[in-house]
Amino acid sequence: MRFAQICLRQFAVISLSVVFGTALLFWQASNNLSHGEGTASAADSLKAWDKIATVLENPRCLNCHQVNSPLQGDERRLHVPLVVRGEDNLGVPGMRCTTCHSQTGNNPTSSVPGAPHWSLAPLEMNWQGLSPGDICRQLRDPKKNGNRNAEKLVTHFAEDELVGWGWTPGKGRMPVAMPRAELTEHVKTWLAGGSECPK
Amino acid sequence: MITLNINGQNHDLDVEPEMPLLWVLRDRLNMTGTKFGCGVAQCGACTVHVDGESRRSCSTMVGDVVGSEITTIEGLDGKVAKAVQTAWQKLDVVQCGYCQSGQIMSAIALLSMIEKPTDADIDAGMEGNICRCGTYQRIRAAIHEAAKSLA
Ligand code: FES
Ligand code: FES
Repeated sequence: MRFAQICLRQFAVISLSVVFGTALLFWQASNNLSHGEGTASAADSLKAWDKIATVLENPRCLNCHQVNSPLQGDERRLHVPLVVRGEDNLGVPGMRCTTCHSQTGNNPTSSVPGAPHWSLAPLEMNWQGLSPGDICRQLRDPKKNGNRNAEKLVTHFAEDELVGWGWTPGKGRMPVAMPRAELTEHVKTWLAGGSECPK
Repeated sequence: MITLNINGQNHDLDVEPEMPLLWVLRDRLNMTGTKFGCGVAQCGACTVHVDGESRRSCSTMVGDVVGSEITTIEGLDGKVAKAVQTAWQKLDVVQCGYCQSGQIMSAIALLSMIEKPTDADIDAGMEGNICRCGTYQRIRAAIHEAAKSLA
């Protein structure tokens, strides 16, 4: 009797894992974005991701993809004065991004940086504490990338003005080393090869 | 030529669009109520309102605020401003006074958006205003006092 019960339980556990395992495989596969333009292998895609990841680690990108408060400077310390996300990713009453940052560009007198739609990245796009693989999976998930398909992701990297600030951050701030056009090519390859992500 | 609306009045100014608003206020218009502390958006002494929200005038390019309503400490009006000024006097907030024009501007902006701010709201909203005399406790008490008088 006991033996039969155990067998039954084992069987239930095994069949459940098979069902969930298969579902997980499908779910993961469906999580890769449409491939966009061009052709590339999965290996090309992974290689391209590694190049993209070196750019995302630049403080110009990383500093504002944080949970609650942006970081500041090449040394990535907490923003001084302390500012917090607030309801609209633009700070709280009294301390808004626009209290100091211009939407038109860097300030040549005070050196305070500025660019259009200056803000903290939305919480679902947080990178704080994430591995490159985690960031990769987040970036290809429309629920976490601002509902962007392959084409819109390319546009984001290639044309968004706030992203573009990474190459013209003003005096005293390290710009992104890789030329923007080269980064855009890597993004296209990553997508064309199936938006592959490291473990 | 750049036209700025300050305290309800238009001013035509022959300045570059990148010029800091603080320089225009203090050096061109002789409105010295707004103070220069650091010049790099680190102290809050230069705070003014642009369309009702607090702005560091040392880091505001005048070209960005053409067509906006700029208010300085000299142009304060309305019941929130009154309540803040009264509370400031009642609790004797000011020590040397240097930071206080900026503190008052930030406090009004805060109270205009949050009617009954908590200590946490006050700390977060006033974070960018430094007081070298350390009047922070009195500032916080005066903001609560002003909120109470407005309720
Ligand atoms: S003078 Fe503008 S913040 Fe210090
Ligand atoms: S009262 Fe002296 S700096 Fe604030």
